[in-house]
Amino acid sequence: MIKKLISISLFQLIFVINLNAQTDMADGLRSNGKIYVVVVVLATIFAGIFAFLVKLDRKISKLEKEKN
Amino acid sequence: MLFLLCHSAELFVRDTQKNLHLQKPDLLIMRLWWWKILGGTLLLYTVIAGFLLPVPRLDILNETIRNLYFHVPMWFTMLALFGAGAAYSVKYLSSGNLVDDIYAVQFTNAGIFFSILGMLTGMEWARYTWGSFWSNDPKQLGTALSMLTYFAYSILRGGIKDDEKKARIGAVYNIFAFCMMIPLIFILPRMVDSLHPGNGGNPAFSKYDLDSDMRLVFYPAVAGWMLLGFWIATLSVRTQLLHFELEQKDIHQKDIQ
Repeated sequence: MIKKLISISLFQLIFVINLNAQTDMADGLRSNGKIYVVVVVLATIFAGIFAFLVKLDRKISKLEKEKN
Repeated sequence: MLFLLCHSAELFVRDTQKNLHLQKPDLLIMRLWWWKILGGTLLLYTVIAGFLLPVPRLDILNETIRNLYFHVPMWFTMLALFGAGAAYSVKYLSSGNLVDDIYAVQFTNAGIFFSILGMLTGMEWARYTWGSFWSNDPKQLGTALSMLTYFAYSILRGGIKDDEKKARIGAVYNIFAFCMMIPLIFILPRMVDSLHPGNGGNPAFSKYDLDSDMRLVFYPAVAGWMLLGFWIATLSVRTQLLHFELEQKDIHQKDIQ
């Protein structure tokens, strides 16, 4: 009886896992933490673009002040 | 909404900065920092939360559904920039001031830039979900037509030498191009079957965007990309204004000599 219960619950567990894994998602990347590498890389690129825009903005502001 | 925000900020600035004798409210908003920093923060949040927050598990789309945070805001930004450009074109026609024309051109150019980004990201996304870069989808075709009308705007302006004539014809054409874009992108593709979501009569995003997790990232992403688009556009506006004023000075000095 107990064996049967265990096997049923095991089956259910596997079934539930299968349900979740039906659609391929980047679960592996998330479980071993490598998704953070992607986030850090993208955040770095964005920070670089932002810094460039800030620099450009300040340069133009300076020119505008010099003109007056 | 952004326009309203800008407009209220403009009124606010007009009230509070009267004594600072800074020339124009438009110029003042372009020099303000808070909205640029807000846009940057929103985009940083988009990059982080866009990859870490959960998304619906859908077949075929899989993780590419996260493209919604990056591909779709390109079009929203393009729309806002083209709208601003068209508004300044109307303003130019009523004022005849060449400065308004500079605004119109630079906003429209930034809009064209974002439309190219939107088209490229859309084609890349389509390659892996719909099977090919180009599948003659009604929305793809409509957008391509709209982009061509805007490319023609640049070519048209480039072909006219006289500044006043260029500005006037450009402004009229720009308003026409904006009016053409609305049916080409927003109405016609919805009247036929399309691979894009929300077509065939339904408003867009109902399927994906209803997911509250995605809304949490999608709306900030749209606002952030729009602010970044306006920032880039205003930087080129300011450069062109400086250029224009230098030219005027040159003409003035030649007149004196």
